[in-house]
Amino acid sequence: MTKAIDSRVAGEAGHWGAEIRSDLHVRIEPRERGGIDIDLESRVKPYYGDAIRRQAEEVLDALGVRHAQVTIHDEGALPLVISARIEAAARRAGLGEGTRVLPDRIPLPEPSPRDRMRRSRLYVPGSEPKYFINAGLHGADAIILDLEDSVHPSEKDAARLVVRNALRAVDFLPCERMVRINQLPLGLEDLEEIVPESPDLILIPKVETPGQVIDASRKIAEIQANYGLTRPIWLMPIIESALGIEKAYEIVTSSRDIVALTIGLEDYTADLGVVKTPTGAESLFARQRVVNAAHAAGVQAIDSVFGDVGDMDGLRAWGGNSRAMGFEGMGCVHPLQIAVIHQAFAPTPAEIEKAQKIVAAYHDAQQKGLGVVSLGSKMIDAPVVQRALKLMARAQAMGLVA
Amino acid sequence: MAILEKTESVLNAAGRRVPETVNGRHQVPYLGLGKYQPHGNKAAPPIRTAADYPENGDKRVPDLENALRRCGLRDGMVISSHHHLRDGDRVALMALEAAARIGVKDLMWFPSASFPTQKGAIELMASGVIDHIEGSMNGPLGDYCTQGKMRGMGVLRSHGGRWQAIQDGEVHIDIAVIAAPTADPFGNCDGSHGKSACGSLGFALADSIYADHVIAVTDNLVPFPCVPWQIQGNNVDYVVEVDSIGDPAKIVSGTTQITRSPDRLRIAEFVARFLRDAGIMRNGFSFQAGAGGIALAFVSYLKQMMKEAGVKARFVRGGSTKYLVELLEEGLTDYILDGQTFDLSGVQSMANHPRHVATSPFTSYNYHGKGNFASLVDAVVLGATEVDANFNANVVTHSDGRLLHGIGGWQNCLAAGCTILAVPSFRDRIPVIVDDVTTLCGPGELIDVIVTERGIAINPRRQDLMNAVKSSKLPIRPLPEIKAEVERICGGKPQRPHRGNRPVAVVKWVDGTVLDSVWQVV
Repeated sequence: MTKAIDSRVAGEAGHWGAEIRSDLHVRIEPRERGGIDIDLESRVKPYYGDAIRRQAEEVLDALGVRHAQVTIHDEGALPLVISARIEAAARRAGLGEGTRVLPDRIPLPEPSPRDRMRRSRLYVPGSEPKYFINAGLHGADAIILDLEDSVHPSEKDAARLVVRNALRAVDFLPCERMVRINQLPLGLEDLEEIVPESPDLILIPKVETPGQVIDASRKIAEIQANYGLTRPIWLMPIIESALGIEKAYEIVTSSRDIVALTIGLEDYTADLGVVKTPTGAESLFARQRVVNAAHAAGVQAIDSVFGDVGDMDGLRAWGGNSRAMGFEGMGCVHPLQIAVIHQAFAPTPAEIEKAQKIVAAYHDAQQKGLGVVSLGSKMIDAPVVQRALKLMARAQAMGLVA
Repeated sequence: MAILEKTESVLNAAGRRVPETVNGRHQVPYLGLGKYQPHGNKAAPPIRTAADYPENGDKRVPDLENALRRCGLRDGMVISSHHHLRDGDRVALMALEAAARIGVKDLMWFPSASFPTQKGAIELMASGVIDHIEGSMNGPLGDYCTQGKMRGMGVLRSHGGRWQAIQDGEVHIDIAVIAAPTADPFGNCDGSHGKSACGSLGFALADSIYADHVIAVTDNLVPFPCVPWQIQGNNVDYVVEVDSIGDPAKIVSGTTQITRSPDRLRIAEFVARFLRDAGIMRNGFSFQAGAGGIALAFVSYLKQMMKEAGVKARFVRGGSTKYLVELLEEGLTDYILDGQTFDLSGVQSMANHPRHVATSPFTSYNYHGKGNFASLVDAVVLGATEVDANFNANVVTHSDGRLLHGIGGWQNCLAAGCTILAVPSFRDRIPVIVDDVTTLCGPGELIDVIVTERGIAINPRRQDLMNAVKSSKLPIRPLPEIKAEVERICGGKPQRPHRGNRPVAVVKWVDGTVLDSVWQVV
């Protein structure tokens, strides 16, 4: 018995301090007797002190923690963060194993269509819950809750709990709900927490072989089967190495759930040992390869992020070039980039006008039962009609035409 | 004034409990907008004769202590100071400490606003030199007051309300101490030049006219004449030269920065789009915005929209920053009418640009004026700490009851054609839209639009604005809907903080009536 007490360790999770917002730090010190003792400091104590205390008691009870000294420094964390941090601290103290304390689930949005618009995807660091709540307000096509590069290795276990809770409790409005898991095999542990909360899409980073996609895909199917879930979870592999680029087509055809293929240029240029330049000349082949492989597989090609938040002109130029190369979207590291990217990926008025004429000619030919579509004296090929129809559908989705 | 002075209280027309007596003076409770009708004549300083002042115009004396003695400083007097040097000011505390050395007690300090740099006044209150402060209290002084430690009761007034109180005799200033970035020996003062340049000295204008005695303190003495004479030497008794009146780095910021917070940028963009879509942004229009992060970003969005629409303003109201100065320089406004300047470009522009004009609370805000500029402004963008479902707003206390901000020109600005509060819907889990504001500073009848990152609420009293934005793509939503959404996010309504039942300060309305009480925090 004495031995058992000695082996107990205190568990800590979360962050506090003058600079921290919307997070909290929890320390749980297990003990043999004495029940739960909560020492609470909070920036919002006059308003939510009672609520925080109550919630902490409930979460600890659900985790089966009966005797512990608990110290909480709260910086105005929302309830979904409070319970995730307490759960993480408990687990780190070796308590509450196998128990999840889940916040109430808000209704799930409609499942995401396979070929929905994915012009912009806003990265939100999984360990920074202050960015979660309003992430959906800024009009991105998708939000990526990131568990990979933006999360410190020592925070991986805690971040996945916050992200899990966010998938349940945060309204991301019309944004597609994406999660970037860690490189496998760590990513498989992420899936255990994330998949039951039905994200719309999982980004698999640093993919170099089809096997990695297959492993992730199997794991997802297995968890979904365990939970009786049938809602689709799409995949977007991220290629970030020379080897990955060489295998792009094998990778993108490795699962039917893949709806898009993208590239991570920071890691790719590092792999080549070259500098990433504002024009991207060094990655031209790789990006073109991604576009080609994606189109060959019938999925969307999505470009990397543009890292310089201050350089809107550079972003505009990059986006315009991206679209011209055949990409359908790119990543954002700041909400200010969203509008610029949407503009860059929007068809120009001249393109819309031309497409409108072609589509009108096509409908005209259909009505007259003609096999050949012609515009003025020119015959229009079927692929041109297809492209015009696609462009008009996109323009409509972007609100550019009625 | 005894700490435990028993005061009777009444409910005013806004339903707030307010004391009938403040610091021994009988008060009129708030009666409703435009209901209070004052009578009689304005106050006036004693008659002086030029024969009593040096013929050569040299009013210099060796130091502040000497000047205060010559002014006849004694127990219980009122000493005023001004905040045009903001958190860089050294003069106010210098004067109060000189008074302490003279050995007087029970002074009333009457600053146009106090800043954290003056937290030394706490010691002077503890030692009895200062009895109480009538003027906005920021930071540590606000805390001291709400903890119930000040002997007398605090009185919070708007910039316009300060003129009103001086003009109707509610406050009689015995000695005004004016920090002057440039002055001549005759007492002419200018704020737009000198190493401690701050722009306008408008906050000190009333004091220079109505105080019994006026002392100018400068660190940049120039031979007569000091031009422009924002303060006229003809109102000044003594001039004191010192090494430094303030810390230039804290008087104005080198550059003012637009916020990078996406939520605040979104709010700023909504405000600009609202002015555009409601048709307020049109040729010849006018607006006022402060120097906070949201306000600066708003100006930058609006500027873009003005350019796109080919629209030009007739005038904009400062506090000026480089963003307003750019509007002037690019011909997007004819004038800047400026109460204070927040950055170096503002100061330089006021010094050099003939259409960047210094104003005072008299022209801008005074309730006893024959009108004032505030009601001529088409739209004003302000902040708030709390708003309730009836659009009543608080700008001085936090939801825990602590006094942390001044009123400034905020109450006066509510007279604009369209008053917009630009606020985040919650801060650190604390909802900004509440059931009942902790302290009422602005009646909801005067607040037209609340812009948050989650949507824009228009006061139902303003059907005209509702109609004006009917075809706009802006997210116009009922205020209670936004409130309910935020309460869901925050995990329910906040509990009501405990507060004491002793008023430690009152908030005056622009007409001098008592709008609300600030209660001791226990």
